[in-house]
Amino acid sequence: MIDLSLSALAAKLSAKELTSLEATDACLAQIAKTDDALGAFLRVDVEGARAAARAADASPPKSPLHGVPVALKDMILTAGLETTAGSRMLSGFVPPHDATVTSRLKAAGAVIVGKTNLDEFAMGSSTESSAFKQTKNPYAVTRTPGGSSGGSAVAVAARQVFGALGTDTGGSIRQPAALCNVVGLKPTWGRVSRSGVVAYASSLDQVGPFGRTVRDCALLLQVIAGRDPHDATSADIAVPDFTAGLEEGVKGLRIGLPREYFVDGMDPEVATAIREAAKTLEAAGATVREISLPHTRHALAAYYVIAPAEASSNLARYDGVRFGHRTKDARQLKDLYERSRAEGFGPEVKRRIMLGTFALSAGYHDAYYVKAQKVRTLIRRDFEQAFADVDVVLSAASPTCAWPLGEKLDDPLAMYLMDVLTLPTNLAGLPALSVPTGKSSAQLPIGAQLIGKPFDETTILRAARAIERERTLVDWKP
Amino acid sequence: MKLELAQVRHVAKLARLALTPEEETRFVTQLSAVLDAVEQLASVDTEGVAPTTFAIATAAHVRPDEVRGELPVDEVLKNAPQKVGTSFAIPRVIE
Repeated sequence: MIDLSLSALAAKLSAKELTSLEATDACLAQIAKTDDALGAFLRVDVEGARAAARAADASPPKSPLHGVPVALKDMILTAGLETTAGSRMLSGFVPPHDATVTSRLKAAGAVIVGKTNLDEFAMGSSTESSAFKQTKNPYAVTRTPGGSSGGSAVAVAARQVFGALGTDTGGSIRQPAALCNVVGLKPTWGRVSRSGVVAYASSLDQVGPFGRTVRDCALLLQVIAGRDPHDATSADIAVPDFTAGLEEGVKGLRIGLPREYFVDGMDPEVATAIREAAKTLEAAGATVREISLPHTRHALAAYYVIAPAEASSNLARYDGVRFGHRTKDARQLKDLYERSRAEGFGPEVKRRIMLGTFALSAGYHDAYYVKAQKVRTLIRRDFEQAFADVDVVLSAASPTCAWPLGEKLDDPLAMYLMDVLTLPTNLAGLPALSVPTGKSSAQLPIGAQLIGKPFDETTILRAARAIERERTLVDWKP
Repeated sequence: MKLELAQVRHVAKLARLALTPEEETRFVTQLSAVLDAVEQLASVDTEGVAPTTFAIATAAHVRPDEVRGELPVDEVLKNAPQKVGTSFAIPRVIE
């Protein structure tokens, strides 16, 4: 049963061939069997999940997700269930309310099985900066699952749940999806509410789904998308039926292959797999042309000014006063702040707070922060110009396959490079996904990234489905 | 750009982070390396280019300024590290 896709499970639940409790118990059994080795979950809510499953079985279907067991990245608030953002700072924090995406999943009848591991405050590309545990790639347990939503990617890949949510600020959904042979989608900035989601860099953060199939992601996105009065940045734009055109194919679709995305240091097997994905789309009736996004080489630099700057501001709220870690025996308020933060945050979070604080400080603000925002404009314009001639941009989601755990931990710059192909789309606010497209000679997953126009998730889902149909990696189990 | 130890200490103070001497030394090296890498931004011609704060323009949403959906005080205080009555407790700031 755990090998069923979310969509297939939903059909069986709706036909009453299976109950939600059976599906939930199967997930709990798989987690019990595999998670000591994989470390995908920070918390499994056995009682809560079984109660929600029984409630789903006793009530009429509320949505296609009715009764479906899912997991949430531990950035997403769950009322009454500890939420830590992978940080000692929030160890023991029990949210008084749900995130909007959580309440929408619950209202749709989904069963929340637990909270998944992540890089601390979603800052990282390997899930290794979590304060609590290491998550391993189910396709090669000595290697990283990617990050920062590594736990959610692994939970879906390892058949522990049927779908999951993550967050993506610079690639944190797409990159682990690529490394773990699952589909992961970052919606357009504004498509999904961030209310109740721990903030990292607010002009970049989005919540999005993981699934083993493209259709699974579309079904999850359907439930979480749309305007939310609690998030002033959520867009007042109609939510289409994301599954409606999935099988329509790509005949006539114009695909752009940006030459700047075949970067130095890229694994040649990944580059080959992406060119093969392009051929697959071409064979299915799309036209493929090479395009240029000339400012791509500056995106990493702009991102590592803007994201830390916003993080340094967002994380100012962790001061040891209202919630979160508080140091013992501080005599003065200043000591309380400085020591609580020093004890609560890990090295990567401190590094980014320091970077961001520097970039915003007197004398450096214009040279770093404002300059990065201007470069951001150029990156956004590159995409606008490209989308005058193409409908979808195709590239790799990660420049390499999963690398050995620990390999880049002492070299922040090498780690930051793992986001080089995904973060330009966050800077431009565009929707993008990763879909499995190949495996390396070492039997490691390779993901193709498809980038769309603002609020055009439908087209990238349709193109992804065309790749999925031909590449048949859905049944490749870890 | 090479950061000096004094600059790292100044930034840590602004960020309200009590760093250990080892952390200060490590940040001198690591932050200097990252700043070197972002230095390339200076070479980009941005003459006449407006900065982007939000890439997707969304309409400003306004609503009447009414209190709604507030949490009860005991819920708000539930995660407080230290509280006194209906307040968050902090060290004395006025003698």
